[in-house]
Amino acid sequence: MAIPGRSRPATAAFYAAVAVIVVYTVFPFYWAVNSSLQTPQELFDVTWFPFSFSFGNYAHVFDGQPFGRNILNSVFVAVLTVGISLALSLTAAHALARVRFRGRGLLLLAILSVSMFPQVAVLGGMYELIRSLGLYNSLYGLVLSYMIFTLPFTVWVLTTFLRELPRELEDAAIMDGAGPWTTLTRVFLPLMGPALVTTGLLAFIAAWNEFLFALTFTLSDSQRTVPVAIANFSGASQFELPWGNIMAASVIVTVPLIVLVLVFQRRIVSGLTAGAVKG
Amino acid sequence: MAGIVFDRVSKRFGTAEVIRNVDLDIAPGSFTVFVGPSGCGKSTLLRLIAGLEDITAGTLLIEGCPVNDVAPAKRGVAMVFQSYALYPHMSVYQNMAFGLSLAKTDRRETDRRVREAARILQMDHLLERKPKDLSGGQRQRVAIGRAITREPKVFLFDEPLSNLDAALRVQMRLEIAKLHRALGATMVYVTHDQVEAMTLAEQIVVLNAGAVEQVGAPLELYHRPQNRFVAGFIGSPQMNFLPGTLAAAGADGVAVALAGLASPVPAAVAPDGQAAGAAVSLGIRPEHIVVGDGVAAAGPHGRIALVERLGSDTLLHVATQAGHLVVAAGAATKARVGDTIRLGLPADACHVFAADGRALARRGATEA
Repeated sequence: MAIPGRSRPATAAFYAAVAVIVVYTVFPFYWAVNSSLQTPQELFDVTWFPFSFSFGNYAHVFDGQPFGRNILNSVFVAVLTVGISLALSLTAAHALARVRFRGRGLLLLAILSVSMFPQVAVLGGMYELIRSLGLYNSLYGLVLSYMIFTLPFTVWVLTTFLRELPRELEDAAIMDGAGPWTTLTRVFLPLMGPALVTTGLLAFIAAWNEFLFALTFTLSDSQRTVPVAIANFSGASQFELPWGNIMAASVIVTVPLIVLVLVFQRRIVSGLTAGAVKG
Repeated sequence: MAGIVFDRVSKRFGTAEVIRNVDLDIAPGSFTVFVGPSGCGKSTLLRLIAGLEDITAGTLLIEGCPVNDVAPAKRGVAMVFQSYALYPHMSVYQNMAFGLSLAKTDRRETDRRVREAARILQMDHLLERKPKDLSGGQRQRVAIGRAITREPKVFLFDEPLSNLDAALRVQMRLEIAKLHRALGATMVYVTHDQVEAMTLAEQIVVLNAGAVEQVGAPLELYHRPQNRFVAGFIGSPQMNFLPGTLAAAGADGVAVALAGLASPVPAAVAPDGQAAGAAVSLGIRPEHIVVGDGVAAAGPHGRIALVERLGSDTLLHVATQAGHLVVAAGAATKARVGDTIRLGLPADACHVFAADGRALARRGATEA
């Protein structure tokens, strides 16, 4: 099937390029699935397809370690982070987008610059903060620390989105007797679905996959989130890396993300392009 | 019904003064139209009434009460926006009921008012639709319906028809006029469209650079503009202006000497203190210039530079010795580009403006 207006060789080259990109992006995940379905013995050979379909690795992940608990921890932390981030950034965005006040531009820049620091740079200070709040080795400590990278992003995206909503809509709400809170929750919020889904999902993924803070601010196995738990998997001996288990656990924690993205697929696209064109 | 009074109202945005010392009286139950060029402050004036902008100085009274510090929703006014500003996620019914539900109006009363508004605007069948499923005209109707349900004392319209196509605009114009008769409420309407202003208004307010130039009935503005700005703004095509000097000034009229004309052109206006020799401009509307054989040889003449045939009328652009003139010559004219044409300027159709733009009072100009 040739693309209209293009020669056959050009079309072939196009699809070849597409194939390269697909392989490049999908292969690492395929390799994880592939490895997770092989027995430890098979792992020593390079096999491109898991002929044995051994689910032993998956069962083994939950043996002798609180991996189920770790998943619940991750869900708890990510959901709470997303919820608080969206609630805070929605109200902040309303002020930043709709209220004229002195220093608004400066504030927006400050919020953006916070997100530019590498995590390591704030690790020490954040550790002191969390300890003094008594949140060390607590999931709430993780939620607090994760907001340092989710908030700048969600505030910025929602501010931009709110700015795009027509001024007259707000005027109409004011004429109808709505205060700022009613305008935000009953007029703007229902129109912001795509933006909320997109930013919420990206914040969720960031919190779900976060490693450094989770490693530093938790101590006991029962408080660990999934990325740290996977990194701490140990084999039968000190010299064995339980590769199959690690891959199985990785697949287990990646699948929910993929499902989420697929469920919200259409809304994400409209959210990412919101404001690009009018309407 | 409520009257609106502006008492020396000013509005500044930062250092820019967009409304300067406006004094204005809007009678209860009247239909008032604000017109003016873009940026003249007409929309800002409307938003001051609505309460969407704060008043910098002066007092605004609605029904005799100062409302400078009264919240928009408590002023008893409703506004129809240019972009309609319907809530996209709500049905037509919800759009119209939103204000009432915020005001905690009884559910049955809300329902009655929404259905009544829908009946008046003949959109009963649209109540369950979302705005995106409506045509432009229907959206406009919903926006008006949303205003009606609040049963306001004052309706404000901010260029409500400018997003509609020409045919629909005429139809909605008639409906708004009908609505005004039916409801009897005070209506204030902003437009840049002269036809809308002339046909809808009982009173037109001409604004320029944040100040009121003239207030009056449509035909009064047409026949007796108080200054050159109003004369040029009201009427389409625009009034012609020719520079000249006052050759004679007497109690029964003046005469204006124009460049290239042997004898001064008489005009039926009072001298108003202007003496012979003063620089003035002579104004005459295209539709009042006389074309044809009966015209005295003393009038201006010139070559036709351009002919615009509008069907109902024909506009001739004539380069005369006294200056460029646009002439409405009637649909039947055979005039063509390049023809030389002789024009007559009837004394009782001439306006004369002093150097500062002020109009000299016309004598015996009819109102009709």
